[in-house]
Amino acid sequence: MQSTLFRRVTAALTLLLVSGVSVASDWTERSNVNLRPGVTDISQDVFGLHVAILWVVSVIGLAVFGLIMYSAVAHRRSKRPQASTFHEHVGVEIAWTVIPFIILIFMAIPATRVLIAMDDSAESELTIKVTGYRWNWSYEYLTYQDDNDVGVFFFSNLKTPAEQYHTPVLKDGLFPYGTAADRFGAEPQEKDHDYMLAVDKPLILPAGVKVRFLVTADDVIHSFFMPDFAIKKDAIPGFVNEAWTVVPEDATGIYYGQCAELCGKNHAFMPIEVHVVAKEEFDTWLAEEKEKAASGPDLTPFSNLEAAMTLGKEKYNAACVLCHGAEGQGGIGLPFAGTALMNDSARIQENIDVLIKGRNAMPSFAAQLTPRDIAAVITYQRNAFGNETGDLIQPADVAK
Amino acid sequence: MAENSSKYYVPESSPWPLFGSIGLFLIAIGAANFIQQSTQFGQNTLRADGTWGQYVLMAGVLWMIATMFFWWRDTIKESLTGLHNEQLSGSYRQGMIWFIFSEVMFFGALFGALFYARWLIIPWLGGAGNNAMTHELLWPGFQAMWPLTTTPDGRTTQVMGAWGLPAINTAILIVSSITLTIAHHALIVGERGRLILFQGITILLGLFFLSLQVYEYYHAYHELGLTLEAGIYGSLFFFLTGFHGIHVSMGTLMLIVCFFRILKGHFTKENHFVYEASAWYWHFVDVVWLFLFVVVYWL
Amino acid sequence: MTAVAAHHDHHDDHHHAPHGLKRWLFSTNHKDIGTLYLWFSFAMFMVGGFMALVIRAELMYPGMQVVDPEFFNQMTTVHGLIMVFGAVMPATVGLANWMIPLMIGAPDMALPRMNNWSFWILPFAFTILIGSVLMSAFGEGNPSAPNFGWTFYAPLSTKYGPASTDLFILSVHMMGISSIMGAINVIVTVLNMRAPGMTMMKMPLFVWAWLITAFLLVAVMPVLAGAVTMMLTDRHFGTSFFDAAGGGDPVLFQHIFWFFGHPEVYIMILPSFGIVSAIIPAFARKPLFGYASMVYATASIALLSFVVWAHHMFTVGMPLAGTLFFMYMTMLISVPTGVKVFNWVATMWRGSLTFELPMKWALAFVVLFTCGGLSGLMLALTPVDFQYHDTYFVVAHFHYVLVSGAIFSIFAAAYYWLPKWSGVMPNTFLGELHFWNSLLSVNLLFFPMHFVGLAGMPRRYADYALQFADYNWWISVGAFWFGISQLLFVAVCVLCAMKKGKKAEAAPWDGAEGLEWTVPSPAPFHTFDTPPVIK
Ligand code: HEA
Ligand code: HEA
Ligand code: HEC
Ligand code: CUA
Ligand SMILES: [Cu+2]
Repeated sequence: MQSTLFRRVTAALTLLLVSGVSVASDWTERSNVNLRPGVTDISQDVFGLHVAILWVVSVIGLAVFGLIMYSAVAHRRSKRPQASTFHEHVGVEIAWTVIPFIILIFMAIPATRVLIAMDDSAESELTIKVTGYRWNWSYEYLTYQDDNDVGVFFFSNLKTPAEQYHTPVLKDGLFPYGTAADRFGAEPQEKDHDYMLAVDKPLILPAGVKVRFLVTADDVIHSFFMPDFAIKKDAIPGFVNEAWTVVPEDATGIYYGQCAELCGKNHAFMPIEVHVVAKEEFDTWLAEEKEKAASGPDLTPFSNLEAAMTLGKEKYNAACVLCHGAEGQGGIGLPFAGTALMNDSARIQENIDVLIKGRNAMPSFAAQLTPRDIAAVITYQRNAFGNETGDLIQPADVAK
Repeated sequence: MAENSSKYYVPESSPWPLFGSIGLFLIAIGAANFIQQSTQFGQNTLRADGTWGQYVLMAGVLWMIATMFFWWRDTIKESLTGLHNEQLSGSYRQGMIWFIFSEVMFFGALFGALFYARWLIIPWLGGAGNNAMTHELLWPGFQAMWPLTTTPDGRTTQVMGAWGLPAINTAILIVSSITLTIAHHALIVGERGRLILFQGITILLGLFFLSLQVYEYYHAYHELGLTLEAGIYGSLFFFLTGFHGIHVSMGTLMLIVCFFRILKGHFTKENHFVYEASAWYWHFVDVVWLFLFVVVYWL
Repeated sequence: MTAVAAHHDHHDDHHHAPHGLKRWLFSTNHKDIGTLYLWFSFAMFMVGGFMALVIRAELMYPGMQVVDPEFFNQMTTVHGLIMVFGAVMPATVGLANWMIPLMIGAPDMALPRMNNWSFWILPFAFTILIGSVLMSAFGEGNPSAPNFGWTFYAPLSTKYGPASTDLFILSVHMMGISSIMGAINVIVTVLNMRAPGMTMMKMPLFVWAWLITAFLLVAVMPVLAGAVTMMLTDRHFGTSFFDAAGGGDPVLFQHIFWFFGHPEVYIMILPSFGIVSAIIPAFARKPLFGYASMVYATASIALLSFVVWAHHMFTVGMPLAGTLFFMYMTMLISVPTGVKVFNWVATMWRGSLTFELPMKWALAFVVLFTCGGLSGLMLALTPVDFQYHDTYFVVAHFHYVLVSGAIFSIFAAAYYWLPKWSGVMPNTFLGELHFWNSLLSVNLLFFPMHFVGLAGMPRRYADYALQFADYNWWISVGAFWFGISQLLFVAVCVLCAMKKGKKAEAAPWDGAEGLEWTVPSPAPFHTFDTPPVIK
């Protein structure tokens, strides 16, 4: 009995050891086992700190487990029927108080250094105000180099369509959502590679420029989490937090982040997508956006119902679906399928007002959607989910 | 704890703890429903129509009072029949001390919130520290000040001064602590007349304090615009003074119960734990007030 | 550690134990109340564990399959709340109730009626909490249960909280009242009820650990009460504690919550330290190494726990100086904790070790708790915490210290003291099966959480990006395996409760010392009516 027991203990502990070591030695660049080294100087400092401390704690841990294992084997009763009786030793007790303390000091020094470096957001060239909402982000370019009034502002919503994530397998009771086939008339779609990460309008950043983020929130606390830049800053309603980054010039590309503070139902559905582009490219983009912003809203009328419905569906799935459901069945928001408001052509104005002004928990969309978008969305609402009013709302109806 | 001391009294099984839990349960669900039905976020209109919560709450409170009555009746009976020994009153005493400690921590949290608001939040909203952008982008018109008479979103109130009623109230409480000590001393040396007199005076002072406090609230609401909704200053003002007031009420109640037990001759020179406990409680409430006076009204 | 003279009387049974329902409902007996606490906490462990399995079922694959995100949040929230306030805390209070009077030679807890009150508040408080979840799952129109995380940050829980938040607030008040009364009872019992000769420095470490835990409870539960009261008035009476528009700050809520919350995690682990300090010497047949330093270490952990709270809030944008202070203080806690770990190792060292079930659990505790503690130390380093914070790395950390820490030590305690409680030895076959399955599955369950966390998967996510998919599948498999393994423990407990098994002697473990082993097994209804004499 005793010896099988020992084999079992040793086997279990060895397993543990091996798993620990294999993790510690697997430092592949972008593995999904270890921390992401990221692309900025700061993120790489942080990564270095992480690796160093992981080694320290692994060694300490393994030493302690080694001692326990050795003792478990060597000091078992079948080997040592009579236990020793010592139960104090001032020397070792002082040693194992002081030595860990010293180790801690050696960890604290680099940590302090990195922390101080991270704190310094001075001398940034581009300032972007990042605002968290339930459940999307908005970005406002405030200042860029000498330009103190950039005024480019947009919202950024999850792009993944509901057919990809809404794939219920059970029905009724706890699961009142129906099966995928019930809901979409088809099996769930295959998931894109950027599932749950891609957005409709990403944040564009120039490479090689120090960017300062002013992070805040409109409703509850969110958190702006960009692992590749080692940024995580809480977006707190009523306060502005600062963070900054410089993405090196050779690191242009697409980076993803997520909301990292529980903000309600769709906390998992408000990702961050950043495109880092060369500085020249950024300048052109920003100039274009600025022009668009200056030229006022696009009021081109829709040529037919079809065109409005296509845009409307796209916008609905980006902005409304989280509260009102893919089938207009309601949720946090009211349902649309077959409701009085949606099917009474005399109440179109009311419908428009709700979107523009908001009502109770229904947010205002005046800033987030253009009049053209709003017109499209309302047209969609009133002609989808089994509603068949045939109403075609034009951008000019909304803008007035 | 000498070997020959009488046995520790372990009471026979008792229904009151279970009843007390039921009482709390009723109070909790009743209060939750009542508050919900009768108030709305951001506005304080009591509309008590169409709610069952108030009845459950009321039932819970009555139930609780009845339970406490029976529970204490049992304890008093045990005390009078001599089942309590030295060690048990030691347990009671220590229990009371730790209870008061927990109350200290409760007020500690409220005072902590006060200091945090005053030293950190308000300056930050005004742009101090690394919050320049908070001020610039979100609250550009806001002026940091304490007491906060204009909130970031523009609600205004007036300040409750320290040297009117509050100062009088401070004096009342200090005097009441002294009279209570005199009464306590009288109990120990067995001067019944003096005990009754000073116990009575203490209770009257407590009641007087409470009525002035009610008047002060009336004044705050109707003349100063200092309300619960008046921003963090009003919130903290009413939280600190309000919870203090609730404690004074409880303390006064305890003193009144003791008063009647004195009249009934329940306390002896040696055996008067409940009296002592109420006295400690009273002094504790008094000390809290002193802090309050300094940090809420004065500075 | 205490030499016990075998003097104690056996005519304890002259009081007649009450029978039937009254015995349990109206009890003033520390053993019966302890039993009630233990069964209650076990039931809550099942309920909270079931919710964890709902979480894991949803997260097994990417996509929303089983519940909707709103209900998912409710599961996360109530799982955390139930496990913390319903499973771990009552379990250790149950152990305190059973063992402290036995260990210090007292006839009962100091304030027996209040003891029963502390217990009976809990079932009602949890009825409220679980009731709102049931209503959310099955009720008319699916009103929402608490869905803001066990940390219920404002303004998600104030302005945006569901209607059930008010019920939640009042049930937290009830739990607070229960804990404060329970803790006062422990303190007074330990300080006032020790048998003659049982000096403070002769008390078993479990008693010490609980004394310090009780102090923490009395100190921080009122603070929690303050926080939820402010929530209530912010929700309904227009105060602006957590609203910047009125001069408040959502972060103020976090400060108050974590001032409670961090000591709270030590409230959950210090009794475990006490348990392990009782078991390891017993099965090493060697006195505990460094008794005095254990006491001081426990006290230092408790004191430090009051000045580290903001390590949960490194990302809220505190000033640099504050951040540094909290980082240093947090790191410092490793020192006294290390002292404890090293003392346990030294206690084993050159002992005469056997590995009965309690010892197995205790050793697993030491190893796995240390894993969790070391990842805690990594979290303490602020710059890297920016990467770890609110990812599954944190979830891995605290499940290592809570599940393979607190819960494992509670299992250890149960296997160790079940003979004393029930009079029969726990079934070894089932027990071994329970241990090995739990040990393996708990690591399959929680170890890969480190990986997904480092890879960047945020916690409280109902759905996730594809790169996290594979490990989440393994984690879910581990969860179901671990969950099913716990059914073995149900069997062990039920067998003991039915007195099926080998009859236990008064001192079934040959190396175990302490007053509790001087009374018969099962312990008679009343013990130590006359205090034992301790030399
Ligand atoms: C039982 C519960 C328990 C325990 C004991 C601990 C112990 C510790 N915890 Fe943990 N913690 C939690 C429960 C617990 N924690 C919970 C529930 C959360 C999440 C809450 C939430 O957000 O929901 C959390 C979160 C948490 C965070 C916040 C993470 C974040 O959200 O970003 C941090 C950060 O510092 C932290 C640190 C620590 C540290 C330093 C210890 C230390 O006490 C550990 C000390 C132990 C050791 C270090 C190992 C043994 C020592 C040695 C072998 C000596 C030699 C070692 C050295 C000197 C290196 N914990
Ligand atoms: C002591 C505390 C404790 C304990 C014991 C546990 C135990 C477990 N926890 Fe939990 N957990 C917390 C405390 C605890 N947890 C806290 C504080 C949080 C944070 C909450 C928040 O974010 O607000 C959390 C969050 C949390 C998450 C993150 C959720 C999220 O971020 O969205 C997950 C995910 O996997 C998880 C899983 C588990 C699992 C699988 C177990 C398992 O160990 C459970 C095993 C037990 C059982 C399964 C029950 C027994 C068996 C049965 C009921 C029989 C039926 C079983 C079958 C038919 C299989 N927990
Ligand atoms: C944050 C959640 C949320 C989002 C996002 C949201 N809504 Fe709503 N919506 C609500 C809520 C809640 C209500 C109910 C408002 C009330 O109580 O009066 C509502 C109500 C409405 C109504 C009125 C319905 C009626 O029958 O009175 C319309 C129309 C509407 N929403 C359209 C939209 C459109 C179009 C979008 C997207 C562009 C959208 N909503 C996005 C939450 C949301
Ligand atoms: Cu926004 Cu989470
Ligand atoms: Cu902590």
